[in-house]
Amino acid sequence: MDFSFTDEQRMIAETAQSFFAENATSKRTREAMATDGFDRETWQSFCQELGLGGIIIPEEYGGAGLGNVELAIIAEAAGAQVAALPLLNLAISSAMIAAGGTEAQKQKWLPRLISGEVIGAAAGNDTVKYDGHKLNGSFEFVPHGNVTDIFVLAHPDQAWIVEKGAPGLSVETATTMDQTRPLSTVILDNVEGEPFADFLPAMHASQSAAWLCLAAEALGGAQACLDRTVEYSKERVQFGRAIGSFQAYKHRAADMMIEIEQARSAVYWAACAVDEGSDDVKLALHAAKAFCSDTFFKCAGDMIQLHGGIGFTWEHDAHLFFKRARSIQTLLLDGNWHREQVATMILGEAA
Amino acid sequence: MKLGFSKAEEDFRAECADWLTGQMAGEFSDIKGIATLTAKAERRKEWEQQLAAHKWSCIGWPTEWGGRGASLAEQVIFAEEYARAGVPGRVNHIGIELAGPTILTFGTDEQKKRFLPDIAAGKTIFCQGFSEPNAGSDLASVRTKARLEGGKWVVNGQKIWTSLAHISDWIFVIARSEEGTKGPKGLTFLMMPIDQPGIEIRGIKQINGDAEFNETFFTDATCAEDSLIGAPGEGWRIAMGLLAFERGVSTLGQQMGFRNELDEIIAAAKANGSANDPLIRQRIAKAEIGLHLMRYGALRMLSNTDHSKVDGAALTYKIQWASWRRSLGELGMDVLGQAGEVTDNPDYDWGTLPNLFLYSRSDTIYGGTNQIQRNLIAERALGMPREPRGDT
Ligand SMILES: Cc1cc2nc3c(=O)[nH]c(=O)nc-3n(C[C@H](O)[C@H](O)[C@H](O)COP(=O)(O)OP(=O)(O)OC[C@H]3O[C@@H](n4cnc5c(N)ncnc54)[C@H](O)[C@@H]3O)c2cc1C
Repeated sequence: MDFSFTDEQRMIAETAQSFFAENATSKRTREAMATDGFDRETWQSFCQELGLGGIIIPEEYGGAGLGNVELAIIAEAAGAQVAALPLLNLAISSAMIAAGGTEAQKQKWLPRLISGEVIGAAAGNDTVKYDGHKLNGSFEFVPHGNVTDIFVLAHPDQAWIVEKGAPGLSVETATTMDQTRPLSTVILDNVEGEPFADFLPAMHASQSAAWLCLAAEALGGAQACLDRTVEYSKERVQFGRAIGSFQAYKHRAADMMIEIEQARSAVYWAACAVDEGSDDVKLALHAAKAFCSDTFFKCAGDMIQLHGGIGFTWEHDAHLFFKRARSIQTLLLDGNWHREQVATMILGEAA
Repeated sequence: MKLGFSKAEEDFRAECADWLTGQMAGEFSDIKGIATLTAKAERRKEWEQQLAAHKWSCIGWPTEWGGRGASLAEQVIFAEEYARAGVPGRVNHIGIELAGPTILTFGTDEQKKRFLPDIAAGKTIFCQGFSEPNAGSDLASVRTKARLEGGKWVVNGQKIWTSLAHISDWIFVIARSEEGTKGPKGLTFLMMPIDQPGIEIRGIKQINGDAEFNETFFTDATCAEDSLIGAPGEGWRIAMGLLAFERGVSTLGQQMGFRNELDEIIAAAKANGSANDPLIRQRIAKAEIGLHLMRYGALRMLSNTDHSKVDGAALTYKIQWASWRRSLGELGMDVLGQAGEVTDNPDYDWGTLPNLFLYSRSDTIYGGTNQIQRNLIAERALGMPREPRGDT
């Protein structure tokens, strides 16, 4: 038992933090927001120069063969910059293919997803229809569906790969409040899907990758809200003193930190639980997703309040965090749902 | 980063669990599950001695002072199994968790020999004389005076809220030893035997009917010249070092106690049907999640061996658990409903959950109130500007 980063993990964290800080700048993110919510330049550098796209994917498919702790480290660093990147997409789609795709699917798609050559997305529901040959139905709120090249689509007992441009597939993208991660509707009208070899492991892999990634992203975002607020509080002067010296202000910052430190424990507990195959892995993932997204939302809201008028402007980055936080709260099931899963584990189903 | 324990550590866990459950099923079954700090104090002193006799008292201490030199993981495991077995809290927890480590870190060899084995053996029960009527959160404004006279320290003044003073053998105090000083300067950290005419103890009844804390009066009370830790005038440094020990391994044992409390709430909710209420389900899930996050927060804090800088995360721990537990007390009452507000016990002696509800109001006060914790977090961990003092 040693619940602290190894030297290697600390190095990855430092590398990732400086990479996203230098590349996923507010300027680039805002350029992406004005178009399709995808900061291609940063993504290309991330996949190719940093080479950390396939963090949990085995080396034989072009991945780094590392664990979920490292995945969380990367997502946390990206979240701190509200980077407009399909990192979540990559994590879920590649994890699903690696866990349950056919050998041919793995060979074909994993190296290309990891290198950034193609963008993946994953979506699942229980309403899509499959008649043995064709898929019919739709998937709503698919993150970065607007820039996706291959979709990993799932219903409760199978998953398929469908390529962009497949006959009968259409993608509609509405204006999304969080412009760093547009949400699309994927419509299937007699679309041919290429089935997975092994569905169940893919589904488990998708849950851990998705919830962990979102939780870690939220943690990074929340910490950034606090850091930026504290910095501002030392510079801004009112009533002849730095606003950070007012106790009401300090206490609110302290409350942010108290939540953030718990969120940090949640993320790395869940990451270790997945890597170590612990009994409490489900509990850990639900806890991490629910707790971290609430923490991020609280911190992002407080960030606006503690900046005053400037925090309400389009120009200031506070709204990027606030909107991302809101989107993480509902993406891949909300906090109430995750807590209800926990409640069911300890209390049984409600009568 | 790794959370799992090794095979050897799991074996150690089984050994701890075996011994502890054996004791609670056998010779010490009469103290199993006691939740308050004071009930059956005499029997619990015997339990301290039993622990020591089997070298389970202070396993993290070096072997020469009655410990086992146990690893961090082993201490974690023991603390968890201790509470899981329903063993009541240590009556000498102040000796074991505060006085002992303080003597170990700042004491002379003489003092280590004199005190450590007896603390470990449950023969010297310590209490903490820091707070005074006019020095609570603002601890540095203590007024109790100490002067050296005829080869002895002579102490005059009053302490308050002294937990367990009535069952203790020794008290450590901070007192002003330099005339005319103010604040943290001029304080001395002294250890004093309680059984002497100059020390008078009066119990204070608490909101739960128990009287765990006391007023402690010093009227020409004395202790030997070498009963101080550190040098005269260094008391503040020692006191602050001591308070840092409160964030040690024992927090994990404390959490297992919380586990038992939450389990009691879960059982009550299932029994009376409130487990079907969606809001109660959310709150129980939140409490469950919070409990796990506390455990992993403590493991992070303990795994952090870089003591060169302030561990900001560790500063968040006290308010985290205190607030969690206070909410747990409220949740317990909400689960019980009005049934929680009555008892057929004529002595105002409450069951676990109503007592938790009442007692947990103090968790956010002692050991630094929630407000003081937030000040510390903001100023020490986040580096925000300090509050100006009113009197300087
Ligand atoms: C059950 C229990 C056991 C205890 N056991 C011991 C013991 O064994 N030994 C011992 O020495 N002491 C003990 N204490 C005392 C405890 O440490 C003090 O009660 C605590 O430090 C608060 O001091 P106070 O009671 O004087 O409150 P005050 O300091 O007067 O505080 C009153 C209120 O003012 C707030 N406040 C004070 N200063 C500030 C500030 N700077 N900013 C914002 N708000 C502020 C506080 O948060 C609180 O809400 C115990 C207390 C309790 C309840």
